[in-house]
Amino acid sequence: MSDTAPAFPGVRLHVVTGKGGTGKTTVAAALAMALARRGQRVLLAEVEGRQGIAQTFDVPPLSTQEVRVLADGSGGEVWGLAVDAKAALLEYLQSFYKLGRAGAVLEKVGAIDFATTIAPGVRDVLLIGKVYEAVGRTTGSKRGRGDLAWDAVVLDAPPTGRIGRFLNVNAEVADVAKVGPIRSQADSITRMLRSPRTAVHAVTLLEEMPVQETVDAIAEIEGLGMPVGAIVVNQVREPLLGEAGLARVAKAAESPRSRGALAKEVTAALGTAGVRTTAALVDGLLAEATDHADRVALEAEQREEIAAAGRPAYDLPWLPDGVEGGGLRVLADHLLEQGMV
Amino acid sequence: MGASRTNGSRTNGSRTDGSRTDGSRTNGGFDVDALLADDTVGIVVCCGSGGVGKTTTAAALGVRAAEAGRKVVVLTIDPARRLAQSLGLTVLDNTPRAVTGLDLGQGGRLDAMMLDMKRTFDEVVEAHATPEKAAQILANPFYVAVSSSFAGTQEYMAMEKLGQLRAQADREGTWDLVIVDTPPSRSALDFLDAPKRLGSFLDGRFIRLLAAPAKAGGRAYLKVFSAGVTLATQTLSKVLGGQMLIDVQTFVAALDTMFGGFRERADQTYALLKQHGTAFVVVAAPERDALREASYFLDRLGEEGMPLAGVVVNRIQRVAAPGLTAARAAAAEESLDDAGAGESTTADLLRLHAEVARTAARHAAVVKRFRTGHPGTPVAEVPAASRDIHDVEGLRTIGDALAAG
Ligand SMILES: Nc1ncnc2c1ncn2[C@@H]1O[C@H](COP(=O)(O)OP(=O)(O)OP(=O)(O)O)[C@@H](O)[C@H]1O
Ligand SMILES: Nc1ncnc2c1ncn2[C@@H]1O[C@H](COP(=O)(O)OP(=O)(O)OP(=O)(O)O)[C@@H](O)[C@H]1O
Ligand SMILES: [Mg+2]
Ligand SMILES: [Mg+2]
Repeated sequence: MSDTAPAFPGVRLHVVTGKGGTGKTTVAAALAMALARRGQRVLLAEVEGRQGIAQTFDVPPLSTQEVRVLADGSGGEVWGLAVDAKAALLEYLQSFYKLGRAGAVLEKVGAIDFATTIAPGVRDVLLIGKVYEAVGRTTGSKRGRGDLAWDAVVLDAPPTGRIGRFLNVNAEVADVAKVGPIRSQADSITRMLRSPRTAVHAVTLLEEMPVQETVDAIAEIEGLGMPVGAIVVNQVREPLLGEAGLARVAKAAESPRSRGALAKEVTAALGTAGVRTTAALVDGLLAEATDHADRVALEAEQREEIAAAGRPAYDLPWLPDGVEGGGLRVLADHLLEQGMV
Repeated sequence: MGASRTNGSRTNGSRTDGSRTDGSRTNGGFDVDALLADDTVGIVVCCGSGGVGKTTTAAALGVRAAEAGRKVVVLTIDPARRLAQSLGLTVLDNTPRAVTGLDLGQGGRLDAMMLDMKRTFDEVVEAHATPEKAAQILANPFYVAVSSSFAGTQEYMAMEKLGQLRAQADREGTWDLVIVDTPPSRSALDFLDAPKRLGSFLDGRFIRLLAAPAKAGGRAYLKVFSAGVTLATQTLSKVLGGQMLIDVQTFVAALDTMFGGFRERADQTYALLKQHGTAFVVVAAPERDALREASYFLDRLGEEGMPLAGVVVNRIQRVAAPGLTAARAAAAEESLDDAGAGESTTADLLRLHAEVARTAARHAAVVKRFRTGHPGTPVAEVPAASRDIHDVEGLRTIGDALAAG
């Protein structure tokens, strides 16, 4: 573990978004694990009913109860929670209205379904309201008294295409609730999301569409007045050709003379390495190198786009064997080493 | 990318830039050109999980079919920006526009459009209600929320637009082939499930109950539940505000007259997907999870009786120097290293080749397993290009690869 000062010291809520499939769940889990390695008690929450946390930590499906999914030697822990809008609404009605048995009636006439699936914005307010509750939860009997229940909450959030709407609960409920408890809760949630206690991180790959969506999402989140955290570049593959190699391949692609010279050199070197060399083999190797150089160039373009966003960026390597087994730990180590945590 | 296209070589499936991962054609191959040449096929639907290449495949099929002489319209959903630009999709106005830069010597045409989900929804409302009523619905906050953000609306509207384009094609004879892309979602199944889900929400019990007082049948139903409903309405009014329920009530009341129309349309389009003239193309990445997802989707198509044309495994790693195995490349690299030439360009090339060959072998293995698990399912393999596919030339390359099987 490095001694780099963590980049987001005061942050209590880490929101992790990104284009679908780029690794939001994986990165959220790695981030939670990294925080736990620093001795923190961390709640990792998901809101899309996908059981991604259970899969990533290889534990049984999570219920709406918080369950410990990892204990670190440092005393840090990760607990998982699958936030469910229905359960959140019932809990909410219970705590505000002492609803008791009436909850069952609401369920029966379809009102709970209605409120949690189709009533505009209500679903998101409920989901994020639960996260808000966890961030502020204390061990004392009243909110704000006693110790904080969680050192940090990491949210495996909806993808870039929906993140703005999801976080912008205020606007969402504006048309719905002008007064009342939902309204005032939405106001408190928005205050928290706009405070330095929150950081919204975006996960991307070094590909055109995910980077574009990341850049767009960052602008959107900034526009909402919420603090953008880091860009996590996931599934990074080390270039297999060094600078010099890339330069020679690029030159060979342009000038037949350079190509001839390179082919000759490669043929000779292969010979000394005991490889039976044919012209086709050398052509093939050079073709692979050209393709690779193209990809490296494309990735460099994407790097520039990312840099232009002006946020701290952290790299996570592509794990050929996937994140199962020790993979997640490797990713958490990378975040620690680069000082994201 | 290598493979260049010469005019007239449309159906020439030979390729030079790599070998197939599976030399055999046990699965009969996926004869894409035969599919595109079949004039009884009027709809091609490109499905698959997120990011696998649905949009690219739909556009590539469109280009290839048009250059082979078909009159094609492609409905794309959220295409990558550069691809959108080169297809001329710069305005989001829900209208197909001609794609330029194609070789249309065979008398074909290609129009493309991007789906505007909200606008499509609005148009359905406008088509089914009097102007005053439509205006009332469009201004309703509940409608605004459902039409612009409800999960599933995009899928629903993609299907709606497909139905519209097909109808327009039949009516006006503008097109003889409609190719549709499907929305980005984790699971390809969402495309089939979401419209029904949306329909059943709009048709949900509570919503019906809210709208019921005006109707006799509703009243009888209400009696049974009346205590519960009153409690529910009161509670929700407290929590959500009374205005919201009033909005819902006016929305449902306004929509009621056209509600049947809505469901009917969704059902009709769904039925269209089962017809003989429809062909599903399932796109997947050469990864275990992605292919498993594709399997689920194939099963589902089978259950629904929806016609599968074939599976496209996209972005497969190819080996340009197949004569050298990964192991031998690694060994040679090591011996160069021992000889003090570990930093040489040749050592770099060998390291790269070993990696390429390993990835290719992994891809080949999962594809082979998939083929074995799905005998009789036509499969086409498309190599990974080293750059994004963002213009007509790139799409032709993909089309060539598709046709090569
Ligand atoms: N660094 C990595 N190396 C190798 N595989 C990875 C890496 N990061 C993620 N993956 C794999 O990529 C796939 C997608 O990752 P993940 O589920 O975290 O993405 P996501 O953004 O949460 O997806 P979704 O949008 O579907 O929720 C998973 O199979 C995961 O194991
Ligand atoms: N064979 C290929 N070789 C190289 N790049 C490809 C290939 N196929 C697709 N791509 C690239 O992959 C990216 C994703 O492709 P595409 O947009 O077609 O996927 P999609 O399935 O429509 O994604 P989404 O689920 O987000 O809609 C694009 O940048 C595209 O250019
Ligand atoms: Mg996820
Ligand atoms: Mg797409």
